[in-house]
Amino acid sequence: MDGEVSRRLFLKGLGGVALVLGLPGLGRAQGNRGRATYNWDEFSYVYLIDVTKCIGCGMCVQACKRENMVPDGFFRTWIERYRIGEGGRVEVDSPNGGLNGFSSTIVDFKVTKAFFVPKMCNHCKNTPCTQVCPVGASYTTRDGVVLVDEKHCIGCGYCVQACPYGSRYLHPVTHVADKCTWCYHRITKGLRPACVMACPVKARELGNMKDEQDPVRRAIATEPVLVLRPELLTKPNCYYKGLDKEVR
Amino acid sequence: MISELSLPAVTGFAFPNDLHITWSLMIVLYPYLTGIVAGAFVISALYHLFGRKELQPISRFSLATSFGFMVVATLPLLNHLGHPERAFNIIFTPNFSSAMAGFGVLYNTYLLILLLEIWFVWRKDIILIARRSRGIRRKIYAALAIGTYDISEEALEKDHWAIRVLTAIGIPAACMLHGYVGFLFGALKANPWWSTPLMPIIFLASGMTSGVAMLIVLYQTAMKLGGGKIDSETIASLNRWLWLFMIVTVSLELLEIMTLAYEKSEAWEAIHPLLTTKLAFSFISVQLILGSLIPFILLMISVTMNRYLHEKVRNTLSFISALLLLIQVFAMRWNVVIGGQLLSKSFRGFRESYAPQLFEKEGILAAVGILFLAFVALFLFARVLPVFKSLEGPKGTSLEAKL
Repeated sequence: MDGEVSRRLFLKGLGGVALVLGLPGLGRAQGNRGRATYNWDEFSYVYLIDVTKCIGCGMCVQACKRENMVPDGFFRTWIERYRIGEGGRVEVDSPNGGLNGFSSTIVDFKVTKAFFVPKMCNHCKNTPCTQVCPVGASYTTRDGVVLVDEKHCIGCGYCVQACPYGSRYLHPVTHVADKCTWCYHRITKGLRPACVMACPVKARELGNMKDEQDPVRRAIATEPVLVLRPELLTKPNCYYKGLDKEVR
Repeated sequence: MISELSLPAVTGFAFPNDLHITWSLMIVLYPYLTGIVAGAFVISALYHLFGRKELQPISRFSLATSFGFMVVATLPLLNHLGHPERAFNIIFTPNFSSAMAGFGVLYNTYLLILLLEIWFVWRKDIILIARRSRGIRRKIYAALAIGTYDISEEALEKDHWAIRVLTAIGIPAACMLHGYVGFLFGALKANPWWSTPLMPIIFLASGMTSGVAMLIVLYQTAMKLGGGKIDSETIASLNRWLWLFMIVTVSLELLEIMTLAYEKSEAWEAIHPLLTTKLAFSFISVQLILGSLIPFILLMISVTMNRYLHEKVRNTLSFISALLLLIQVFAMRWNVVIGGQLLSKSFRGFRESYAPQLFEKEGILAAVGILFLAFVALFLFARVLPVFKSLEGPKGTSLEAKL
């Protein structure tokens, strides 16, 4: 009859539609590095910084800024330069967070040792920042990363005050708390943080404490390492090799 | 490229993120307001619960003052929040390990107690005004009476009982409302200028000071403007309480600094230059000398020589001391909140002093505006309910304000 679709024609059409919709799915099943296969119970992240290797080039600060669109004047990571000399003199600076490296400046004492210290959020185990968040927007993931839920944060700034390391800030545009996330959007896809990728001398490395073969885990277990402000017992997950007593 | 001119100047080395002041003038203002709320309530409690008869003339006025400052207390916080539209998250998803999460419960609990107490204190007057009014005025006051109409002695006795109960639970509620802010600062180990177990007590003591001082200033002003008589015993009593509270406040503040100086730990290395350079004017000149030493002397004179001084002289000394102490408490809030942010967590540097702008969102005009609104709220309260004298009873008999 007119206007009537035969049963055979209908089933053919249905098969065609299913094929068209299903094809992309076939392709996706193969080279998949998406979040669907990431299991956070297999990871417990830890970070190792080797102060003796850092040359203060600032590439990490630039990479982080670009990757995470960090606003000018605010820092998810930064480099500090220490110049220590006779008479207990200590000169510390961080021009623009070390974004453009460091220029030679004259100091009025004889420098006996000098080094660069990269800093960032320590993703502490005993976080003082998530403790004080009034709405629970700041939290620790099961794989040990401290994050902020941008949609829930009310922008009170209490966490910024509570961080002893100065890692946090209130984002001037989104008006929520912001800080280093260890590039969570990258590490959950098997990639490494932007700062680790950018470092030309491998001063920075991200590790996994749940992986017995992990080199960072081995380094922390077998070599002398320090954390910042240990007396506060925040239990940072950021470890430092070659840290000097003058670094806070 | 950032403009170097837009960043504040730094002495020594400050962590790069420490250059930004996160808690502004609004956060200086908020504890100032809740301090007055708590202080005014405690003065009212001294009459309603502890029977200090000499405070009866201002017992209602103190409740009204507590109310006026209470209604504007959330404004500086809402103005400061990055997302004020999400403010109710504090009530929907509170994280109770945070002192700040207590705000929702503490504010609403005390507000409820205060409103109930106000209702019981003024219930008789509401009914009397309703009876004398006509039309819409009568309807409004009848509504305020919430269906009660009995002002017999038995009913008033029940009111008295309710007021005593409400005052008894109101005192800790008011103290918690103001004290939790002190804990909010005092329990932060990250900031050496804030971290001390004394902080909640210091905040409470200075809150009491500012509450009594505000009552002295407002009471004398109201009487002068309204042609009433300033009760001598009331001012004498308020003077004594003011002197007591300010001695406790300043002693605690100095004790904290003396302990830090004596222990000579890392914290003192940063705090000592903070107090002597960045906060030299606001701390030493304003808070200590102008705000503490001078009122201490003036109050010592007006309290110890109370019976030898002419009333006007004593009242003037009291007024000036109260004004200076209102400035002192504000300076103390400023030095704690702003001072703690001028010093970097590097312990090696400071940013230049924070200067709020006149017209910025969290600036001077906003702060003055909120303070002004508190006085407006008090004024409107006084238009609706009599704050100084109770009304005459039936048959034209004049009643002493017993409530």
